[in-house]
Amino acid sequence: MSEAQTAPPTTSGQPTGRSWRTALRALELDTRLLGMIGALAVIWLFFNFVSGGNFLTPRNLWNLSVQSSSIAIMATGMVLIIVSRNIDLSVGSMLGLLGYTMAMVQVNWLPNVLGVSYHEPYIWVVALLVGLVMGAVIGGITGFIVSYGGVPSFIVTLGGLLVWRGLIFRYAQGQTLAPLNETFQLFGGGPKGALGDVASWVLGLLACAGIVYTLWSGRRRKRRYGFPVRAMWAEVVVGVVGCVVVLVAVWVANSYSWPEALATQYAVEHGITEPPGGLIIPTGIAIPVVVMLGVGLVMTYIATRRRFGRYVYAIGGNPDAAELGGINVRRTIMLTFVLMGILAAVSAAVQTARLNAAVTNLGVQNELDVISAAVIGGTSFAGGIGTIPGAILGAFVMQSLRSGMLLLNVDSPTQDIVVGMVLVAAVGFDSYVRRRGG
Amino acid sequence: MTIEMQVPALAPTPAGPPLAELRNIYVAFGGVHAVEDVTVDLHAGEVVGLVGGNGAGKSTLIRVLSGAHTADSGEVLINGQRVEIRNPRDAKALGIETIYQTLALADNIDAAGNVFLGRELQSRLGSLDDAAMESATRNVMGRLNPRFRNFKTPVKSLSGGQRQSVAIARAVHFNAKILIMDEPTAALGPAETAQVRELVMQLKAEGIGIFLISHDIHDVYDLSDRISVMLQGKLVGTVRKERVTKDEVLAMIIMGKQPGDVTQSDLEELHG
Ligand SMILES: Nc1ncnc2c1ncn2[C@@H]1O[C@H](COP(=O)(O)OP(=O)(O)O)[C@@H](O)[C@H]1O
Ligand SMILES: [Mg+2]
Repeated sequence: MSEAQTAPPTTSGQPTGRSWRTALRALELDTRLLGMIGALAVIWLFFNFVSGGNFLTPRNLWNLSVQSSSIAIMATGMVLIIVSRNIDLSVGSMLGLLGYTMAMVQVNWLPNVLGVSYHEPYIWVVALLVGLVMGAVIGGITGFIVSYGGVPSFIVTLGGLLVWRGLIFRYAQGQTLAPLNETFQLFGGGPKGALGDVASWVLGLLACAGIVYTLWSGRRRKRRYGFPVRAMWAEVVVGVVGCVVVLVAVWVANSYSWPEALATQYAVEHGITEPPGGLIIPTGIAIPVVVMLGVGLVMTYIATRRRFGRYVYAIGGNPDAAELGGINVRRTIMLTFVLMGILAAVSAAVQTARLNAAVTNLGVQNELDVISAAVIGGTSFAGGIGTIPGAILGAFVMQSLRSGMLLLNVDSPTQDIVVGMVLVAAVGFDSYVRRRGG
Repeated sequence: MTIEMQVPALAPTPAGPPLAELRNIYVAFGGVHAVEDVTVDLHAGEVVGLVGGNGAGKSTLIRVLSGAHTADSGEVLINGQRVEIRNPRDAKALGIETIYQTLALADNIDAAGNVFLGRELQSRLGSLDDAAMESATRNVMGRLNPRFRNFKTPVKSLSGGQRQSVAIARAVHFNAKILIMDEPTAALGPAETAQVRELVMQLKAEGIGIFLISHDIHDVYDLSDRISVMLQGKLVGTVRKERVTKDEVLAMIIMGKQPGDVTQSDLEELHG
């Protein structure tokens, strides 16, 4: 209190604040997304400070990116589900069942039934396809009961949560399926399941080209219709900042090199004499992260640039208006669940590959993390509001909290308490800002 | 129908098959008979005022023509041909556009998104062409409400009048042959109401048939060629505007009396 009184705002402070705000407005950025990035930065700096610099290391950030990817992938689908005023509580069980099936395909069915060696490199394609199709079917069943059967999604997916998990236990009988096909394992990340430095740089440069192209084509389209465009300096700032962020991320991923033992083994296998200090092999961006980025791009495109996405948002904003606009509401809702099933299959591939095994409790409680990620990322249960990039950031916020606390040796119950409180606080803050017209 | 023949003030139907006809429509919600055996019609270049107190069944009747719900029985005829209107898409395909009483806007989407809702413009690869939709929306708005500026914000943040403009823009952009306006000036101030009236005259001159719905006879009397009056789900009658006074229509709305049957004491009761 006394501090606030003894430090009156300086006269020069006011105009500076305002010109900052003017500049920010000229950039035409999504302030909510910007706020989330800010929150993530604060969390990272906090843990880095408290852990004595152990958080912002290439190794930790790399692990963080891999751990976040599986939740982030499903969160992008959960956004559309929640935006259309539904919920999917069954994603964790669905993931378990799909992961188990994909493992079963490569460990049991193909080798034992068809006599295909499970070392065959293409087995991952078959396993993944089976998972994706089955995910679409399971999601389709859920979506059909919700939209055509008229049963609330909360109930249908609560049932799904029990049914799919029950099926796993019934058929697995406590059995763990391992190991998995070598190529399939790459989905899980790990030093070998990453791009390496060259491919990472290429990907980074492609992303930069994409950013520049998006800005340029958006500007050209606006010009063609004579709409107001961003100031040129603002355009340049957005482009440069975007590219710098991408390239720094690549640089961090490349700064994390293979663990010594693995590098030595690699050297021996390839007949390389290790230099003094050991062989340095840059890991690069992990494959699950590449998958997550791809999913994020596709889902953003679907949500913002396709009719289907527009309809999902319209249904969430006003279901009657959507119906009167001639939108096939039921089909649209059903498709959101189909998409969710497909994404659960992708995440299932990542998680089983990462464990190099399918276990019966795979994906337990994932539904809570996925819903939390979407909601922390700004998705509103009132419907009609939520973004894909927000949900991905939400997944990173959740995982950053968990991995930061792990670094500080905070026990798991305490982690749950903190994450739970952050979830409620984040949503409370968000709705407060919204009510004030933010 | 029988009433029409008995009372001289009631309208003889104009020549040619009507653009649209709702014939013997029944709609019930559970036990509530919202619309009972109502027949109305509409010709090209004509404005038919549909009036009646709140809950008379006007919206329900007209939503049958919009495809918002189906009648329990009765027929819909377009240009004399019987048609099935099962959903809003069917109605739109027949050139029927509707400004709903509730406006039916998706609050979280911007003006262009609402104008094109369900009929989005797409690029060759099937992506939404937002710039083209915004451009078209700016054009329609330039005609309807030149002061409209908020093309980028979700319509939730717009004023009642601006929201109404968006709903009207959606109905007039797609070259409707039949336009249904359900209480279109309910949320508007005097200046905006005048604009809507002008728009109605203009669209009528273009040969569009318009159902203009209001609970208040003063809203529609001047603009209408004919006036259909509903009371408690039933049609009281349809009259040619120039053959009746506002008081006579008022007596139809409130008492269900035919224009010829209105007595002096009825009029005193209306104004008392
Ligand atoms: N969807 C609905 N469900 C149940 N009753 C309805 C519904 N829509 C209208 N009604 C009832 O039908 C009657 C006519 O309503 P409405 O057509 O809205 O009247 P108006 O437009 O003339 O004011 C009212 O009694 C109303 O309560
Ligand atoms: Mg009404």
